[in-house]
Amino acid sequence: MKLEGVGIVGYGVYIPRYRIKVEEIAKIWGGDAKSISNGLKIFEKAVADYDEDAATIAVEAARNAVRMASIDPKDIGAIYVGSESHPYTVKPTATIVAEAIGASPELTAADYEFACKAGTAGIQTCMGLVASNIIKYGLAIGSDTAQGAPGDALEYTASSGGVAYIIGKDKLIASIEGTYSYTTDTPDFWRKEGQPYPRHGGRFTGAPAFFKHVYNASIGLMESLNLKPQDFDYAVFHQPNGKFPRKVAKMLGFTIEQIEEGILVDKIGNTYSGSSLMGLAAVLDKAESGERIMLTSFGSGAGSDSFSILVEEGIKKIRGKVPSVEDYIKRKKYLDYATYAKLRRKIKVIS
Amino acid sequence: MSNVPRFWRNLKRRYNLIGTKCLNCNELYFPPRQLCPKCRRASKIEDVQLKGRGEVLTYTIIHSAPKRFEGQTPYIMAIIQLEEGPKLTAQIVDCDPTEIDIGMKVEMVFRRIQEDGDAGLIYYGYKFRPIAN
Ligand SMILES: [Zn+2]
Repeated sequence: MKLEGVGIVGYGVYIPRYRIKVEEIAKIWGGDAKSISNGLKIFEKAVADYDEDAATIAVEAARNAVRMASIDPKDIGAIYVGSESHPYTVKPTATIVAEAIGASPELTAADYEFACKAGTAGIQTCMGLVASNIIKYGLAIGSDTAQGAPGDALEYTASSGGVAYIIGKDKLIASIEGTYSYTTDTPDFWRKEGQPYPRHGGRFTGAPAFFKHVYNASIGLMESLNLKPQDFDYAVFHQPNGKFPRKVAKMLGFTIEQIEEGILVDKIGNTYSGSSLMGLAAVLDKAESGERIMLTSFGSGAGSDSFSILVEEGIKKIRGKVPSVEDYIKRKKYLDYATYAKLRRKIKVIS
Repeated sequence: MSNVPRFWRNLKRRYNLIGTKCLNCNELYFPPRQLCPKCRRASKIEDVQLKGRGEVLTYTIIHSAPKRFEGQTPYIMAIIQLEEGPKLTAQIVDCDPTEIDIGMKVEMVFRRIQEDGDAGLIYYGYKFRPIAN
């Protein structure tokens, strides 16, 4: 669907300071680090500190977004936090964010869950509310402290981080030209109530899940807006590892040059709800006015939301106001597996 | 559980570092005060949002912590002087015990402060981290 006048007013990211290398995890489980690194195209991942969770990460990203946008937080009329690691099963993360950024109490808020695409679902909701003049600004966040079971392949990639986007109609740094979604009932990845770690369908996660949905959403978007891959300067895809986004880009007809800027998974891991949105932030950190970006998320279960984003003049005014994706990537400290296991509460402390 | 109402009452200032200012003498207070000790009955108190930046005046490294903080040892507690003047005590994160120093510039971050066990409430609030440059 073609949209006019709605877009991004500001964005903010947060990546925790700790990293663990693939070698360090492989050492513990007897994996071959080189072949894992080559296979998954990932070298290290971000790890949240003991006192960080999806809510604290969401707050840090949201505070950066509000500072970048230079808006009064009281003008935010809706907050949606997408995560598969909300700290409470019952009690919203969005209310914590609303209070911590000073947006309370006149707003609507809710938590979203749709594996790794809950953040882009929040953006679409905000777009609708803004376009229909129900709210002035909406805040959509993807934030996770993702966990893989110790020894599971997911442990090499499941990481922590968050991204926040403020959607509005004025002071745009980028407009959203349109969005298109593709959703089916696909059991590629799941976690039931009370289970600490998710289960996945192994090889089933590729073709019928990631590739089918990302491909169809991206094609649907381009068809609906009458655009071709060559009309985009950048394309950003969900990145559960470094291999999938590169492969789907090729299937769709995008070049390596169009996608490299938005691939971060090799340095920070899969930040789940933050994954494709973090890639978009890295591209916005560099993009020039007039450039066009495709963003396609993926959430297991399964679905993809695709967006066409056109960078506006306003982008110049916000550069350097808050830490960039690169600033957070550079700020790092490596952990050994034992410390990592303690921070991520893989070892239960009896008290 | 008895903690919950008390925590909730103070939630705004713990989340956002909201202090008070006496409009009569311009003194800033954190934690907030209902009455200015200098002006007493002439106090004119108003809420102010503090910027959340300051420097470390002194610190101590906690190796043996109270029960609910054991997971985090060793950790750093510091007295911080805010840019606006008031002093407060807070934990310093994203900083190793070997990296902390008096005079270090720090900024507010949002973290978990405490948890009432696995089933209880999570208490959030401010801590501080070194300002990266
Ligand atoms: Zn006074």
